[in-house]
Amino acid sequence: MRLPMTAELPAGAHYGLLAEFDTTKELYHACEKVRDAGYTRWDAHTPFPVHGLDRAMGLKRSPMPFIVLVMALLGGAGGFGLQYWVHSVEYPLTISGKPHFTWPAFVPITFELAVLFGALGAVFGMFALNQLPMHWHPLFFSERFERATNDLFFISIESWDPKFDPVATRRFLEGLGARQVELVQSS
Amino acid sequence: MGGSTGPEVDEVLTDTSQAVLENPADRRPELILSSPSFGAITDAVAEPLERKTPLGWWLCFLPALGLLGLLGIAVSWLFWEGIGIWGLNVPVGWAWDITNFVFWVGIGHAGTLISAILFLLRQRWRTSINRAAEAMTIFAVMCALIFPGIHVGRVWVAYWMFPLPNQMGTWPNFRSPLLWDVFAVSVYGTVSALFWFVGLVPDLATMRDRTKSKIAKLAYGILALGWRGSNRHWQHYEAAYLLLAALATPLVLSVHSIVSMDFAVSQLPGWHTTIFPPYFVAGAIFSGFAMVVTLMVICRSAFRLEKIITLRHFDYMAKVILLTGCMVGYAYSLEFFTAWYSGNPYEIFTFTNRALGPYAWAYWTMVSCNVLSPQIFWFARARTNIKVLFGVSILVNIGMWFERFVIIVTSLHRGFLPSSWGYFRPTIWDVSCLLGSFGLFFTMFCLFVRFVPMVATAEVKGVLPQANPHHEPQARAAAGAH
Repeated sequence: MRLPMTAELPAGAHYGLLAEFDTTKELYHACEKVRDAGYTRWDAHTPFPVHGLDRAMGLKRSPMPFIVLVMALLGGAGGFGLQYWVHSVEYPLTISGKPHFTWPAFVPITFELAVLFGALGAVFGMFALNQLPMHWHPLFFSERFERATNDLFFISIESWDPKFDPVATRRFLEGLGARQVELVQSS
Repeated sequence: MGGSTGPEVDEVLTDTSQAVLENPADRRPELILSSPSFGAITDAVAEPLERKTPLGWWLCFLPALGLLGLLGIAVSWLFWEGIGIWGLNVPVGWAWDITNFVFWVGIGHAGTLISAILFLLRQRWRTSINRAAEAMTIFAVMCALIFPGIHVGRVWVAYWMFPLPNQMGTWPNFRSPLLWDVFAVSVYGTVSALFWFVGLVPDLATMRDRTKSKIAKLAYGILALGWRGSNRHWQHYEAAYLLLAALATPLVLSVHSIVSMDFAVSQLPGWHTTIFPPYFVAGAIFSGFAMVVTLMVICRSAFRLEKIITLRHFDYMAKVILLTGCMVGYAYSLEFFTAWYSGNPYEIFTFTNRALGPYAWAYWTMVSCNVLSPQIFWFARARTNIKVLFGVSILVNIGMWFERFVIIVTSLHRGFLPSSWGYFRPTIWDVSCLLGSFGLFFTMFCLFVRFVPMVATAEVKGVLPQANPHHEPQARAAAGAH
């Protein structure tokens, strides 16, 4: 069984290869070539989101909008349902002779709860899709990798990618213009 | 804070003002002056967190902490003795408590406007100031939430505001704007905090990866959640951020609209008016931008962020202040027009009394600060002059507090029944609660600038020209030539 807060470990002693690039342009073109070479278990690491990199990596669209829509609809329906139930079923109060089911007065809270649930869905849905928090990860063994959150750009290819070969993959990455390629240990 | 005004800073300032006025090619001025490298931005933003705590920071923090202590005393005494310690009474049943509440909620709105609405409008200049503005929002909402909480008197039954099953078998009245307000402000606080934290995660990872201190590494490391800049993560992250902005935009407009309905739904002349929701939202953005300018002027010079928060940013913010200042000015005059046009003697009396009655001094303070003082921003030189910006921002902060005071107190103090007319005077405890809320706000803000990266570095790096993988330095120079 895998603990939710630890990374999935590859079978071998090594996590994979980490290639370092100086500019977004080099990274972008390298990603296109890694994608075209048919690798599947790989990633790019950048200090900021690089425009167009999703396409260069061949990523599918994020399901985030769907998650947020469903959560917002649930929140809105729940909010409206709560108000209907309170005022029509559980605790009907007659105020100024107005009907119990006064739906226009329920609109603001329905809206607020739709926004609240949508936002919770956006944040926690994103964390779930990204498997965060994950405080331990083999990539943190690399000293150079600290600059992935500062000013350098990386491609990591994991060793359990079916096409991975320690020698050939290293040569391939070097051929893409990587400044340095590093073998990262897994534990 | 830094206490660092010297010839050096002045030189940098002249440098930046020149760069702003010269307005670089193709009407797309560089947002970040002299386009530093990615690493330079990390260094500039991280440096204030890594240096030894400057004396100037203590000089800001300790007075703020003192005022926070005053808030603690004032609120404790209030809980012990009841709201009789405040100056409010019949006919002025709401006074400084709700004035402070509306004031602080309004301050918060500029933060969300900058972080969400300007994000959706692709206004990329927001990146230098959005982090601090969002922090300001959260702290302002914290201050705001105190007042509705304590003004009920019996705080131990404050949970009656929430729809919780209880031994009395009762439920809150969902038809009341006061309850809408409870939901609107608490949802707003929650969503603002989530939005801020999501924006912070990549920068906390940056701090984790560069700090030398073991304790700091552990703290930043836990909060950064193990972020490793993965593009597979960025993809969901960016989608989530965009969606949060899309949710926060209608939310922020709804919050102050609902706050205004606390007044507008009542029957009281001066409150019962349909113009309130848009008028309150414009006023909120107006006051919030003023507070952003106040804070940014201080932080920018204290932390030497002149190259990241440029005069261009202040120029844009001054334009927003001018626009929203004119909008509230329009609302003030339209209220008088509507009073006259309605032919309703109570309505006409309320507004005549507002401008010429016992609280005329408050009304004209409000008009001078909010409508007249921002007019100086028609001049470009005023919009790029730090001293003028700071002065006007303080005046607007004062004016917007008075706006809420004028709306609440002048409408209440002379109602339908002349025999119960009165004049509200604050007590020392009213003053202590207001000053104390500023203590809370500035204590939080001091802690924020000391421990959290106050500029969204990941976003600022993203707007540098070299961040774009299709950027060609030579091609750009050539394009500029013809």
